[in-house]
Amino acid sequence: MKFSVSHGGDKVEERLAKAGVSRRDFMKLCGTVAAVMGMGPAFAPKVAEALTSKRRPSVVWLHNAECTGCSESILRGMNPPFAELILGVISLDYHETIMAAAGEMAEKALHEATHSEHGYVCVVEGAIPTAEDGIYGKVAGRTMLDYNTEYVNKAAAVIAYGTCATYGGVQAAAPNPTKAVGVREITDKPVINISGCPPNPYNLLGTVVHFLQNGIPELDGEGRPVMFFGDSVHDKCPRQKFYDEDKFAESFGDEGARKGYCLLHVGCKGPYTYNNCPTVKFNQTNWPVEAGHPCIGCSEPNFWDAMAPFYEEA
Amino acid sequence: MSGKKPVAAPVKATPKSSYNGPVVVDPVTRIEGHLRIEVEVENGVVADVRSSSQLFRGLEIILKGRDPRDAQHFTQRSCGVCTYTHALASTRCVDNAVGVKIPKNATLIRNLVLAAQFMHDHIVHFYHLHALDWVNVANVLNADPKKAASLSNSLNENRKESAADFAAVKDTVKALIESGQLGPFTNAYFLREGGHDAYYLPAEADLMATKHYLDALKLQVKAARLMAVFGAKNPHTQFTVVGGVTCYEAMTEARLKEFTDLYAETSAFVRNFYIPDLLAVASFYKDWAGIGKTTNFNACGEFPEDEYDLNSRFLPQGTILNNDISKVYDFDPTQIEEHVKYSWYEYGSPKHPYAGETKPKYTKLGDKEHYSWMKAPRLDGKSTEVGPLAQVLVAFARGHKPVVDAVNYVLKYLNVGPEALFSTLGRTAARGIETLVIANQTQVWLDEFKANIASGDKEIYTEWEMPDEAQGVGFVNAPRGTLSHWIDIKKGKISNFQLVVPSTWNLGPRDDSGVMGPVEEALMGTPIFDPMRPVEILRTVHSYDPCIACGVHVIDSKTGQTRKFRIL
Repeated sequence: MKFSVSHGGDKVEERLAKAGVSRRDFMKLCGTVAAVMGMGPAFAPKVAEALTSKRRPSVVWLHNAECTGCSESILRGMNPPFAELILGVISLDYHETIMAAAGEMAEKALHEATHSEHGYVCVVEGAIPTAEDGIYGKVAGRTMLDYNTEYVNKAAAVIAYGTCATYGGVQAAAPNPTKAVGVREITDKPVINISGCPPNPYNLLGTVVHFLQNGIPELDGEGRPVMFFGDSVHDKCPRQKFYDEDKFAESFGDEGARKGYCLLHVGCKGPYTYNNCPTVKFNQTNWPVEAGHPCIGCSEPNFWDAMAPFYEEA
Repeated sequence: MSGKKPVAAPVKATPKSSYNGPVVVDPVTRIEGHLRIEVEVENGVVADVRSSSQLFRGLEIILKGRDPRDAQHFTQRSCGVCTYTHALASTRCVDNAVGVKIPKNATLIRNLVLAAQFMHDHIVHFYHLHALDWVNVANVLNADPKKAASLSNSLNENRKESAADFAAVKDTVKALIESGQLGPFTNAYFLREGGHDAYYLPAEADLMATKHYLDALKLQVKAARLMAVFGAKNPHTQFTVVGGVTCYEAMTEARLKEFTDLYAETSAFVRNFYIPDLLAVASFYKDWAGIGKTTNFNACGEFPEDEYDLNSRFLPQGTILNNDISKVYDFDPTQIEEHVKYSWYEYGSPKHPYAGETKPKYTKLGDKEHYSWMKAPRLDGKSTEVGPLAQVLVAFARGHKPVVDAVNYVLKYLNVGPEALFSTLGRTAARGIETLVIANQTQVWLDEFKANIASGDKEIYTEWEMPDEAQGVGFVNAPRGTLSHWIDIKKGKISNFQLVVPSTWNLGPRDDSGVMGPVEEALMGTPIFDPMRPVEILRTVHSYDPCIACGVHVIDSKTGQTRKFRIL
């Protein structure tokens, strides 16, 4: 299916302004996305161009076995608020957490969006329960397995957003009672994995920008965009200098903890975890290690089993 | 909160159809998780209800055998909307099991982050999950921006909104509709051809609420940041540990200032926008003070001074029975039992959370005898509602001054008696009252925290030892109500972990005696105007702010003895 995008259509700014998005806010957002993508500030106009097609790209967001934290990360985590841009930049045609319609009228919206000639980007949140033909999770009377297979396979592009959609997440931790899996297990289509529990929303927006401009970005062995997941958390950690000096917290109450020393000995999984938390941060302000808590490795496959116990040195 | 009362029309008669037959709402949107509501309508009125949870995850099974310290990270993934509440419940639960007494600063920091969670959660609920049940966005096109500005400014002296602000929002809505890509508003119930009679607001009130819907989208980013200042991130905070908290940074001048400024902005929005908007909208929908009634309520109270003493909580614990607010009983968690007769599990008699045994046994959709992955928790055998209405009623009945004052203000504003609280409108108003009282009290905790640091107390963590065997319980009165986590530790590992969750209390199915759960009871008798667009069902279901992912658990434990725990 063809996906229509025409960059920098007519009267884009006017349309954004009408949608309550100021040019200043919009360019600020584009600058942030450019920075997260590892580009200089000069790249911001390119981001802006990608995000302002004539017809707003349609996005269909599916919820499965999840906690809605991934949706929340988008709503709560971006500044200027990405939610505002929903009205001006994309057309969020199906998203159970925020859509006005419910029941049959919601299903109708999903049908219209997924049968439109213009195509759609499918973002998947949550794992897909596959045990006993998928009975452990249903939406509108259909198993999530059935429902995701159809809408993922029809999409112009598929993004698995969050550790549940990418690798199965918490419900897939041993013994995985519902045989929950990530999206790649149910389709042969290329799926871009943006992991994290929750992920950083800028990693999603950066991926969308890259996709609109140059197609699928370079992915690592776990299907994640290298530009966001190329370095370990430890590599970029501001506390790395203490690691180099052999200065560690040995408990959460000792002098090392008070002084902000390296948390490796109280369980930090930063050296084994690939993500950009230390540089991009969350909610524009903080991230676990800065709050004195070890990284639990939440963007790695199978982290609930591989990284636990979380408070023991690996 | 001061402001002029809008002149509302007399109480409307709720419109209904003459429809007979089933109505199924699946998916119920603007909630967390997967919920299906099946009702039977007779002559335009709901005559039978089944609330059916559609997802099973099995977190309790997954927790078995793991390190008790790790439980909070797993359980927090119950829900990313009411994030932090499960992490806190699990941490309190393990604190309780190992018997550690955490420092005063740690309690204050935990309380401050929870207060921020309440403000964020309830603002988002009112504007983004609930408002579209009452507000007709399409009607904005008929509004006069000048009149909308004067309406809005008349509601609160701190509002300084201009006609141009409202004209811009009207343009936004117009542009969206003209683009033909309605996005999240596609097929909204209010877009019904010929109009939807169940929406009553004047166009200017619809425009005002739509503008504040957009404003609240921006504000809630800051409310979430307020949590992250101490809590590392939102969703899914990462700063609590058994024995206290880890965020030494919270005691630095920079972090304290950041928290103070964001708190000032968030709480001002609660006072100047959320509460006046809630009251203005409610004044047009007073017929809903007679719809959505339930009978019994429980709350475990919240914001402790001493983490182990339920009676040291700022909002008090208690139980209200048979809509009688002249009496309030102590909340007794030893009386909790869960029933499974109507759930998708093999049958077993009702059990206390420490002593159940359950095996999933799915039948099919539309089965009237087995219809939900949720169980039916009961307190002393009774179906009890939890959440803001329960907490406000308990506090009101106990004469808690800030709550009494706020409730009386609301009742006077709407010109209704206390019986109006027992309704969908009362439930939605109670959420605002709870937010306001917590937002005001946060200043007290923040001042106390600053004074404690200034006095030289910099302790946020207490060392402790993991026992070989122990049991513990942690209670959190979360934004959605009574939440308890129960742990049984053997050989230093989790032998059994249970969550009894607000949405299970509220949205669970019938019990062994066939008595409905609260949301089922509340939906009975609801008039339905258009069975294809049953906004009336959404109003009552959303008034509970459902969180279905939390509510779906399986107990898989060996029969054990109910332990005596010291909480009251």
